[in-house]
Amino acid sequence: MNETAATYPSQPKPAHLGEPIVSIRGLHKYFGQNHVLRGVDLDVWQREAMMIIGRSGSGKTTLLRCTNFLDEPTEGSIEIDGLRVAADPLHSRSRSYRERIRQLRLRAGMVFQDFNLFPHMTALDNCIEAPTRVRRVPRKEAIELAERYLAKVGLIEKRNEHPARLSGGQKQRVAIARALCMQPKVLMFDEPTSALDPELVGEVLKVMEDLAHEGTTMIVVTHEMHFAREAADRVLFMEEGGIVEQGPPEQVLNDPQDQRTKQFLRRFLTPEPA
Amino acid sequence: MSVIEAAPRPILAEMASAQRRARASFRAQFVLVWAGLLGLIALLLLVTDNVDVPWIDEWAGFILGGAGITILVCVASIIFATLLAILGALGRLSKVPVIYSLASFYVSLVRGTPLLVQIFFVYFALPQVGIIIDPIPAGIIALSFNYGAYMTEIFRAGIQAVPRGQREAAEALGLPERLVMRRVVLPQATRIVIPAIGNEFIAMIKDSALVSTIGVQEVLWRAGVAGRPTLHTLQAFMIAALIYWVLTIVFSYFQERLERRMARGDR
Repeated sequence: MNETAATYPSQPKPAHLGEPIVSIRGLHKYFGQNHVLRGVDLDVWQREAMMIIGRSGSGKTTLLRCTNFLDEPTEGSIEIDGLRVAADPLHSRSRSYRERIRQLRLRAGMVFQDFNLFPHMTALDNCIEAPTRVRRVPRKEAIELAERYLAKVGLIEKRNEHPARLSGGQKQRVAIARALCMQPKVLMFDEPTSALDPELVGEVLKVMEDLAHEGTTMIVVTHEMHFAREAADRVLFMEEGGIVEQGPPEQVLNDPQDQRTKQFLRRFLTPEPA
Repeated sequence: MSVIEAAPRPILAEMASAQRRARASFRAQFVLVWAGLLGLIALLLLVTDNVDVPWIDEWAGFILGGAGITILVCVASIIFATLLAILGALGRLSKVPVIYSLASFYVSLVRGTPLLVQIFFVYFALPQVGIIIDPIPAGIIALSFNYGAYMTEIFRAGIQAVPRGQREAAEALGLPERLVMRRVVLPQATRIVIPAIGNEFIAMIKDSALVSTIGVQEVLWRAGVAGRPTLHTLQAFMIAALIYWVLTIVFSYFQERLERRMARGDR
């Protein structure tokens, strides 16, 4: 399974995708005795929109969080844009290792289920905090960049509002702008619409779909099957800490090969017109 | 539907005015009870033949003059105590054994000994090893260390009350640990602990009376000096108590306003 998972599956790689930008090798994660990731190998290609589906507890969120070391892998390695960091749980507090992890995180943006905007800062300040303090972008430039991305997510007029004054959907769109402002090589979304009221899901998915069509490299953990079908280059089904099946959305969602994928999708797809 | 439409408007106005009357009555009774109790105390004073108006004229200003020193000592102490508390809290949350141990030792030692002993130690004991400190700085040092230890626990709880997602979001953006703490966690923790710091400050106004024992010429010290020689102690200490009381009422008022403003703020 691992060998096939490492390469683009079955069909030839679509022409618009570039070189691999994220390479995950032999990734294992234990929480105590709980074996959550069981040897994941995965390449994500430049400009690829990859959606991870699977039932809760299958390890998809952990895979995402291990990719930027918010959860520290027990074994294996992560490479993003040429920087490879191997799991080293015994020496994870060392200063040089923390710095490598930080460099890795600069390459990967993250959008969380609960937004996690900084409540004591305005939307704009949320967006310029990391660019000015971490990337040392001059304040004026950082503001220009932030305004461009806030406009992109349709919230330029909310630039001076604090998060408490924004709806859930607006918060998540600011969070997306904040991540974009660091100009990451890959943008990761951890169930970005799961905490939203149903009527606010659409505005967030719209922004994400635009990003996908513009060629933003992204990894999305989602339960929105319809969205996956529209926006994904590749869909990946996880179960029990491993990748069970992957391929273009038409294939995985309409004609799944694995019994477990079929069973999982049946619940989602029956009520929806094909 | 027709029931809602038919709801008689007049009753709404009547309910509103009834509510207004109830509120006004509550307030009136509050003022009445307080005025009554204060009057009772004044009456008892008169009955015991302990009101010496010329004495009050002469000394009340002198005792009141100590309020400035009380406030000075408290403001200086709460500032230093806050700084100590932030360091203490970071220490108590540190994963470095030596730092954690140092912070724990500080908190344990200070919380395990009486404030009065700490004041005496700084002012009367340190001179034996050649460290001589004037009364006011000595009082500020003792109060700062004492309150710093108690407030360490407040700040620790405040830092831990900041949701974990905040730290993760900052880390995911590549902020180094130092900035995660300074820019994201501490500002939010401060918001959480400000009401508690207000309470500590009010408690400190009263505890600062203890520094009268080392000759800091604050409210209580002055009351003693004014009252004892001519046996006007009842009036002197009542004036002192009144001053502390008014000070705490005034600061409670400001604290309440600050809290309300922060609650309204941007969370």
